Amino acid sequence: MRTSRPATPTLSDVSHPYRNVAIAGVFNTVQARSLPGHSSLSIAIEAAHGALADAGLTVHDVDGLAGQFASEMGMMLGRGPVSRKLTSLGIPAIIDAAAMIALGECEVVVAAAGGAGIYTERSSTAPWTRPTNEFVASYGLFTAAEFALIARRHMVMYGTTEQQLATVAATIRNNGHVNPGAVFSGKGPFTADDVLASRMVADPFHLLDCSMVSEGGCALVLVHADRVKDLRTPPAWILGAAGDLYGPAYQVAPSFDLGGRGEFGPNGVVGRRAAQISLRMGGLRVDDVDVGEFYDPFSFEIIRQLEAFGFCGEGEGGAFVDDGNIGPGGRLPVTTDGGTMSFSHAGINAQQFQRVIRGVEQIRGTCQTMQVPDAHVALCTNGGAGALFTDVMVIGKERP
Amino acid sequence: MTEQLDSGVLQPQPATVPGPTPGIFSQPYWDACARGQLIYQQCAACSAINLLPGQRCARCASEDVAWQPSAGRGTLYSWTVVWRPQRPEFQVPYVPAIIDMAEGYRMIAGIIGCTLDDLRAEMPLQVEFHAVANDIQLPYFRPA
Repeated sequence: MRTSRPATPTLSDVSHPYRNVAIAGVFNTVQARSLPGHSSLSIAIEAAHGALADAGLTVHDVDGLAGQFASEMGMMLGRGPVSRKLTSLGIPAIIDAAAMIALGECEVVVAAAGGAGIYTERSSTAPWTRPTNEFVASYGLFTAAEFALIARRHMVMYGTTEQQLATVAATIRNNGHVNPGAVFSGKGPFTADDVLASRMVADPFHLLDCSMVSEGGCALVLVHADRVKDLRTPPAWILGAAGDLYGPAYQVAPSFDLGGRGEFGPNGVVGRRAAQISLRMGGLRVDDVDVGEFYDPFSFEIIRQLEAFGFCGEGEGGAFVDDGNIGPGGRLPVTTDGGTMSFSHAGINAQQFQRVIRGVEQIRGTCQTMQVPDAHVALCTNGGAGALFTDVMVIGKERP
Repeated sequence: MTEQLDSGVLQPQPATVPGPTPGIFSQPYWDACARGQLIYQQCAACSAINLLPGQRCARCASEDVAWQPSAGRGTLYSWTVVWRPQRPEFQVPYVPAIIDMAEGYRMIAGIIGCTLDDLRAEMPLQVEFHAVANDIQLPYFRPA
């Protein structure tokens, strides 16, 4: 009887699964509170063209489509026949794109996303944040409240404070404040006290602890390593990727200690297994990570991920933040473009890709602001414990 | 100033908030709520409790799952005080919470019958039912 799961292949026994996959182009369209005249699809198409141009390629090079609107893009980009994957969300869609190349099906794959014109009924929270599940709908839950239930429990268990949450929010919002491409560029700077003074949304989250809602598109282009010599820009490489899931988002109580298979722990540390697999795939340790392009739907999620991934011990995330570790020049600068709190949060998909896009810019060394000097390894994430999933992608400068 | 704040004591939401739409596996749950009783689905083979009702046990996959009555008592595991309503029908502040049930499962419900200052982790709670849309009696919890 098999008593343990098979080890993930490492560089020592087989070739790296993504050895032949390069991230060749990335692009963000203009991000704004609203983009009149655009639909989610139209802004995603603008992003696809932008990412291809960034790589030095055109639609004529594309033989694979992944991510949101992959099917529609087959027609709108005038492509066909092309390969297509239907996963729309974030890092799993980028893994799809990488697999299309690694498995020999494609040479140039575009993964695009966009959100525009979908949040119009402003007296309610955004439509994608309102669960319809019969066991939660009537209690007025929405994304902020779901994530607040996790944060509150962490505060009960470990004494994490609202001040520590506010320090995270101020750090990320200040990254966006100095970023000319951020929707909230120039809206700061913020102190933790500014965050605490903003109105309460879902205790312990004040308005400035929460992501905002905006519009915009973005895209990535992945190519076979044989095409790298043709590129305009140096490639970034996928060193590892994996996802953790505990269940469907926003349908059951998203409790801190839900589930838990043995060594990997409960939902409160969702992403731990995914980070371990991702780092092991690349032959890396957590100490090798230079920058954390973490998904930041709410301030507490950063503290939680720091603990889940092992940048600090369980319950020590608040103190880790207090010690200045996530800010400029710190041990692990996080969410350096301003994230979903300040850079952009265009619906369901685009802001997930944007964590990886920023990671690529860090690896290239081309960030206009908050560039981490000599960044070689970026750990990028999507999701969060309030949504019962966390996806991880580690990218780097050297081909695996 | 809402009714909630005037009294200082958390109240059930108005019956106009969206009601659940029962599914084929959850209809018995809502039927029991209409009788003023809380029930949960438990596996006869391994005793695990399904957080979402279904045709099989989520732990051991046995089809021998059956509804059991709950005493309706629990303690407060986590909560949030919401000030920005999900939809305009909701009156703020309201308090969605996770309740640790005495029978060993967790559920989401609203907290009523106390002030915001009364909210404490592990406080004992008791179920109570109030009407929402779709002719549903919705479980809430108040301090026991």
